[in-house]
Amino acid sequence: MRYLLNKNLLILLFVFILLVLPFFLVKKTTLSEGEELFLGTDDKAKSLIKELSPNYKPWFTSVFEPPSGEISSLLFSLQAAIGAGFIGYYFGFSRGRKSIKIKEE
Amino acid sequence: MHIMEGFLPVRDAVLWSAITFPFVALGLNSIKKQVKNKPELKMLLGVSAAFTFVMSALKIPSVTGSSSHPTGIGLGTILFGPLTMVPIGAVVLLFQALLLAHGGLTTLGANIFSMAIVGPFAAAVIFYLTKKIKFPLSVSIFFASSIANILTYITTSVQLALAFPDAAGGFTTSFIKFATVFAFTQIPLAIIEGLLTVMIFNMLVKYNLNNNLNYNLSNNLSDNS
Repeated sequence: MRYLLNKNLLILLFVFILLVLPFFLVKKTTLSEGEELFLGTDDKAKSLIKELSPNYKPWFTSVFEPPSGEISSLLFSLQAAIGAGFIGYYFGFSRGRKSIKIKEE
Repeated sequence: MHIMEGFLPVRDAVLWSAITFPFVALGLNSIKKQVKNKPELKMLLGVSAAFTFVMSALKIPSVTGSSSHPTGIGLGTILFGPLTMVPIGAVVLLFQALLLAHGGLTTLGANIFSMAIVGPFAAAVIFYLTKKIKFPLSVSIFFASSIANILTYITTSVQLALAFPDAAGGFTTSFIKFATVFAFTQIPLAIIEGLLTVMIFNMLVKYNLNNNLNYNLSNNLSDNS
């Protein structure tokens, strides 16, 4: 169990490094003029479509558009919270179940 | 990897939806069967869905200067087989299309195809092959989930290149352009996804009581090691 904890801590450390690294490697100056820092690839693909087919007109628009960036972040964090909440519940539940089983034996 | 609402011509939108539909139906059927045989798997199925929920909500910066997100598809594929992840991925994408204006209804078929069909089937094949050549379990899980992630984005590039070929260079030039946007950004994120999948798998093994994990690993991927 100890070993597992260490292994997972090591994984987390590595993930953390990968997450933080871009902030140091990418500076505003390394980007071309007018390029936004850490823009979503989905948006970049959209501008590429406009470049490849300037005459293309989207024929359908989203049924609901988050009214602002803040509301959009709210909904994204809600999505993550629902998922993380369930995962946390499951591990709490499993841990309790296991400790009861160990006591019984 | 989300193609935005309205950004696929009608022909492509219809085509990808038609290809996707039978997979969703088969996936629902597969979930129904597995839950009926072993109702205690419901919780684990929930964890797989929850993992995809979390991962696809996180937009992560990459060294290329853009952000993108992991898919979280690998975990559920390894536990339940590729078909199970089709409806789960579809639900996540529908949620994002309806509430977040991320992806869309007209592009739902194409997005389900890249994230929830190519993703899990690639993960299953890679997991099977790496187990076959006797890679340690965590290494197999890492490669299965991270390569599936990259292939999802390559699929999106193919879909967009098919819909919007370059005026001069046709499909190939267009594909290279889209892949440049998607694939390089995705490499560090794929590594993150692989690592986190290994981590959560380690935790699942630790608290697993009834050998559900082993049962599924051997059943769904017909692999006895």
